[in-house]
Amino acid sequence: MDAIILQILNGLDKGSAYALIALGLTLIFGTLGVVNFAHGALFMIGAFCAVTLSRLLSLSHEVAIPGEVDFLGNPATRDVPYVFDIFGEALGSSIIDWAVPLSILFAIPIMILVGVIMERGLIKHFYKRPHADQILVTFGLAIVLQEIIKYYYGANPIPTPAPAAFTGSFDFGALIGFEPNTIIYPYWRLVYFAFAAVVIGAVFAFLQFTTFGMVVRAGMADRETVGLLGINIDKRFTIMFGLAAAVAGLAGVMYTPINSPNYHMGMDFLVLSFVVVVVGGMGSLPGAVLAGFLLGILESFASMREVIDIIPGINQVIIYLVAIVILLTRPRGLMGRKGVMED
Amino acid sequence: MGILEVKDVNKRFGGLQALGNVNLSVAENTCHAIIGPNGAGKSTLLNCLVGKLIPDTGSVMFDGQSVLGRTPFEINQMGISRVFQTPEIFGDLTVMENMLIPCFAKRDGSFALHGIRSVMSEAELRDQAEHMLEEVNMIDKRDMHSASMSRGDKRRLEMAMCLVQKPKLLLLDEPTAGMARADTNNTIDLLKEIKEKRNITIAIIEHDMHVVFSLAERITVLAQGTPLVEDTPENIKGHPKVKEAYLGEAA
Amino acid sequence: MFGLNKKDASLLLIVAVLVAFAPFLLNPFPEGSAMAQFNAGYPDLMQRFVIFGIFAIGFNILFGLTGYLSFGHAAFLGVGSYAAVWMFKLLSMNVLPAIVLAVITAGIFALIIGYVSLRRSGIYFSILTLAFAQMSFALAYSVLTPITGGETGLQLALDDPRILGSATTAEGNIPVPGLFGLEMRDSVELMMGSWVFTFNLGYYFCAIIMLIAFYLSIRIFRSPFGMMLRAIKSNQQRLNYTGLNPRPYTLAAFVISGMYAGLAGGLMASMDPLAGAERMFWTASGEVVLMTILGGVGTLIGPVLGAGMIKYMENIISKINSDILHGWFAFLPDGLEDLVVTMIYPFIGKGWHLTLGIVFMLVVIFLPGGLVEGGQRLAKLFGRKKADNPKSASTEPAE
Repeated sequence: MDAIILQILNGLDKGSAYALIALGLTLIFGTLGVVNFAHGALFMIGAFCAVTLSRLLSLSHEVAIPGEVDFLGNPATRDVPYVFDIFGEALGSSIIDWAVPLSILFAIPIMILVGVIMERGLIKHFYKRPHADQILVTFGLAIVLQEIIKYYYGANPIPTPAPAAFTGSFDFGALIGFEPNTIIYPYWRLVYFAFAAVVIGAVFAFLQFTTFGMVVRAGMADRETVGLLGINIDKRFTIMFGLAAAVAGLAGVMYTPINSPNYHMGMDFLVLSFVVVVVGGMGSLPGAVLAGFLLGILESFASMREVIDIIPGINQVIIYLVAIVILLTRPRGLMGRKGVMED
Repeated sequence: MGILEVKDVNKRFGGLQALGNVNLSVAENTCHAIIGPNGAGKSTLLNCLVGKLIPDTGSVMFDGQSVLGRTPFEINQMGISRVFQTPEIFGDLTVMENMLIPCFAKRDGSFALHGIRSVMSEAELRDQAEHMLEEVNMIDKRDMHSASMSRGDKRRLEMAMCLVQKPKLLLLDEPTAGMARADTNNTIDLLKEIKEKRNITIAIIEHDMHVVFSLAERITVLAQGTPLVEDTPENIKGHPKVKEAYLGEAA
Repeated sequence: MFGLNKKDASLLLIVAVLVAFAPFLLNPFPEGSAMAQFNAGYPDLMQRFVIFGIFAIGFNILFGLTGYLSFGHAAFLGVGSYAAVWMFKLLSMNVLPAIVLAVITAGIFALIIGYVSLRRSGIYFSILTLAFAQMSFALAYSVLTPITGGETGLQLALDDPRILGSATTAEGNIPVPGLFGLEMRDSVELMMGSWVFTFNLGYYFCAIIMLIAFYLSIRIFRSPFGMMLRAIKSNQQRLNYTGLNPRPYTLAAFVISGMYAGLAGGLMASMDPLAGAERMFWTASGEVVLMTILGGVGTLIGPVLGAGMIKYMENIISKINSDILHGWFAFLPDGLEDLVVTMIYPFIGKGWHLTLGIVFMLVVIFLPGGLVEGGQRLAKLFGRKKADNPKSASTEPAE
């Protein structure tokens, strides 16, 4: 029992990332009808927002240490981050420590901007083109974006730690009545899951309870009719694209402490997220979330030693295997609607 | 015994009874029209004949064989060709290529690996295709990109593609829908010509009474998924039930 | 000629001439000159041109004709490579059995994957092929290590059986792939003034196979089979109602293109007898998509052009460094020179993928027909100019 709970917990963080990316992919596909291969790049850009902010916060200048000299006899200096000058040393150092969560504020406007520019500048012109063209042009864009990041940040992963308060693990099992030390779970992964749950909840609430969301949902169901009602659906869809970009970006920001960001992380996640979308059902938001968590948890179960001993290599292929089986038995995915991409 | 025998066919979509106990017999070498107001189940019936839909109960026999459970291409190979409401042609191909494909399907069946022999070397099939194009007055358009033609030409091409297969039964799904009067009359003339020249059975679904009465020898009136009456055009014209269900609506 | 019409025959002839004289054509700059780094006439690169040409020609038979976009074609290339290397290990170093086995194995793989994947179309088909390829990659990398060599890849060893050949050479080395005594790495160098041209046996072997593959693809394009494939892309509904079953046609196209990929993989292993799982990674599948689109999807010559273009860029652009750039722009004033170099720098060397991405996007946006369409537009442009001239002349009184 404890082993099962542990695997479910282990699957949650990856599952959260899949769910968040798949949610954005589905929003874009459902509203704009575009298959966006550059969505993984948005996840990656989000992660590098966190890298950038923590670098910006650590920018420092040299300050002479009064009364000390180095071995050459020059006045000794030390690096003092600018934030110390502004906020004082105590607050300043905790700001640096909290760089990753703070990046959320920094990333939201940037991601929305990136998303809107992408939609207005490029994707808008591909609404009427075949899906294959959309895949190709966004695939090209993904290459360009990741190469730009690679140029400025290098090819190596950049460790970006969580705040000190959330590093380390805690005994989750003891909390829910198991023997101590059976279910040890890192704090930050729990934070990530909670964060993902909040973001997903917010997106659903936004779509469910606002007029804007209502129009978007109506547009997802029947674009032409909504257009005929005289509602400017395009503008709202642009904003939806920005929102989807922000969701992917936030998923990336908060993922940095779990996996040090590198320039190809977007592509790595994209391929799996596409599988997630297809398994969940193209165009179904709940399907995307459900399939994201489901596949994340399945992946973690397949990585258990006991399972690998029986079926070697299953951890590497489980997601693809599930996708193949689901696509062949339920062509519309778990929760797909009729008539989506069935030409 | 007609070439097409539909017996007690029922089809439900959820709570909607689209077809209820449909019986229909189309005699060989006649033109049989199926008319009825919108939502009468004409298209559903047609889709049941060509394998796109499978009826819940009942049987559909064509030429002594059941078509139920067969795919559209198998049914075509049995000798039923279908013309769609909006012309369905191979838009990326030339007119001649459009004509050749049904010729190959007729000669080689639903799948044949032709190796690496050139299309150009198939003189016999090319002759067939050209002959048919001449018959429908389209030989001058043989090398045209078919998507760039007018709707009327596309319709004629589609018809030619069906006829070149020498089908036993030609199904027409509102062949004049959305056409101007002149085009409609051209289509009627073309169909009349086809009927005279060949031994062919035609089943036509049509909205336009003008078309129906100029072509059909038998008419079945469908209303709410059930055949109301079947008779000759003369008798249908004056039939009170039909007036009530259909012509009354139009008046 | 060979059952081709005049236009196709001349296309084949042009390609044959270009391929035959590639060692000259690709080495236009004298050895030791500043431009010598743009020479592409060395065996290794020329082999890659034609091998990836084969890969792209095969991919185009599927994507170009039927419109089914496979994102997993590299799996077949990888399978072909493994099969060829195993043939070298077990049978002999002769490349012919290796290549035959590579093609057959890839064909069987394609049959299985295609049978399942082709039950869906559109993006679902793309995702299914991607899933299968990623599965093959993951398995080759981990569980199948005894067959694939895992992370290190599959290599030849001195103690391989090679039942029809010798396990070792007289000197005690691992033998190299060859064709009845001729070694694939054999080269002849021709010095003409300060030019050096290399004629490599391996290259010419691959080139002949590519010409055969190209010829077959022309025949497929012009055959009733090719016409059916184009009809599938155009209107599957009509095809169904015309009495034709699209499934076996697409499956045949899938298997044929998989065999082309296997052929490319087998040749790759014949030039350099090792095989690694990274050849199956999905970016490798993406690369062949790029090649086909860049050259011109659905055209005969496009994929070959695209493959050549991308492999040329990969090799040449990635070799340029900032010193070379400074050398080129040395004529500019210092400040301007630095500025220009800084602006170009991200696109060269390690940044060549950026250039590739941008070029690819531009092609998809503005030139969906790829280089071939670009060429046709240019030809039209000049053709019109030419046509204009007689017109202006015709204003003069006629004779």
